[in-house]
Amino acid sequence: MSSIISVKDMCLWYGEHQALKNVNIEIMPKSITAFIGPSGCGKSTFLKTLNRMNDLIPGVKITGDVRYEGTDIFAKEVDVNNLRKEIGMVFQKPNPFPMSIYDNVAYGPRTHGITNKVKLDEIVERALRDAAIWDEVKDRLKKNALGMSGGQQQRLCIARALAVQPKVLLMDEPTSALDPISTSRIEELVMELKENYTIVMVTHNMQQAVRVSDYTAFFLLGELVEFDKTDNIFSTPGDKRTEDYITGRFG
Amino acid sequence: MKKNQFLENFIHGIFLLLGLITVGCVLLITMYLVISGIPAICKIGPINFLFGTEWASTAKEAKYGILPFILTSIFGTAGAIVIGVPVGFMTAVYLSKLACPKVKSAMQSVVSLLAGIPSVVFGLVGMLVLVPGIRKVFQVPDGAGLLAAIIVLAIMILPSIIKMSVTALDAVPKEYEDASLALGATPVETYFRVSVPAAKSGIAAAVVLGVGRAIGEAMAVMMVAGNAPNMPNSLFQSVRFLTTAVAGEMSYSSGLQQQALFSIALVLFLFIMFINAALNFFLKREKE
Repeated sequence: MSSIISVKDMCLWYGEHQALKNVNIEIMPKSITAFIGPSGCGKSTFLKTLNRMNDLIPGVKITGDVRYEGTDIFAKEVDVNNLRKEIGMVFQKPNPFPMSIYDNVAYGPRTHGITNKVKLDEIVERALRDAAIWDEVKDRLKKNALGMSGGQQQRLCIARALAVQPKVLLMDEPTSALDPISTSRIEELVMELKENYTIVMVTHNMQQAVRVSDYTAFFLLGELVEFDKTDNIFSTPGDKRTEDYITGRFG
Repeated sequence: MKKNQFLENFIHGIFLLLGLITVGCVLLITMYLVISGIPAICKIGPINFLFGTEWASTAKEAKYGILPFILTSIFGTAGAIVIGVPVGFMTAVYLSKLACPKVKSAMQSVVSLLAGIPSVVFGLVGMLVLVPGIRKVFQVPDGAGLLAAIIVLAIMILPSIIKMSVTALDAVPKEYEDASLALGATPVETYFRVSVPAAKSGIAAAVVLGVGRAIGEAMAVMMVAGNAPNMPNSLFQSVRFLTTAVAGEMSYSSGLQQQALFSIALVLFLFIMFINAALNFFLKREKE
């Protein structure tokens, strides 16, 4: 099986500060890849490079080769809005728009030109079902999304991302702001989504990586120290630094 | 210990007293306006006063109909809003979302400066530049009139609209915008479909504030509006606003004429009260 995202010798600078050093990684389709590492190791920065959200930060410079389905994502002819449609993102803090649940989910499809009411209804329902929140919200689709609990808001954000039918879903510590019950619901959901989507997820929580991911990448000080099947990383790490981190000697 | 307590209470009292000065002024002005504004309305008759189309306060058979002033104030303000809001709103979106920091801070100082220009200066420039300009461009006998007043007012309300809208737009959490961009929306789509709706109460408050500014302005419009008490039938008509009706005749008025001027002021005051209530409504909603 060939990778969906392939990164070769990627470096990233914030002004003078080099935040990522020669990162090489192959992300496999329809799998869950977890990025772990201590705070400030560059794992979130790397995640945001994959859908070019770092473009928005002034002073960022990126070198190396990042390919999505074979195309260089930084090539001039690549439409960044289309790229972000293909590679969706869920943020650390649930960030639904201050509008109705329905409008939140319909936002993406509407942006991409779908105005037919029947079709929108269909997309919204399917996205909410895929995000395992349909039953909870089907009777209050017109209610403001800010009235939901944090866990529900995050699943709504997942539904919103799914509604534009991406192939890849980037998740930046999606459960760090949630309680344990909401967290386990999101984890279950992520494992179901793997059937149809490629998931790349940054997590602070090593147990979470063990529970849900197929592959794990360990970042330290801007370097990708080790990348392997999750089982291998946590049972027989190849690098001393990985071993020290997962056994809790630092981090 | 006891002395300390006394001092505390004393100072507390002084602050309260100073605070009450403002409240007292408002109450005093309100009461004064009501007391001195009601008699003329009763004598002239509320219907004749508010809906009379003719104002001839110094004629032998004096007529005190202020409908021309009311409509002029409403049309003038509406015109200023129609021109000033789109310009101010777009400027605010640009300043808050698109402008680089240097341009933003430079332009914001200019906007503040515009807010600080005395209204008599606006009137003067309007008189010397705008009025002759309108006369030439539209080939009318006199450029002083409703259109000149609308343009001057539109410029005068820009600073309030821009400043308040920028504040509201700056307060939109960046997370909303990130979410929209991550869904593949372009930056401009994001500003208009996420940021602006999220800031809509603040922007509405900005518009209402602009309405308040425009309807209460006297000096600048007096210098460019022509001041004849005509119905505002055309944009080039020489017209008189509620504010200028009071200011223009007060110095030589007496008797019922003077009382009627107080009544006009009362009507203007009611307009402003209503606008303030609307403003508070929007500001409260913005906070929520």
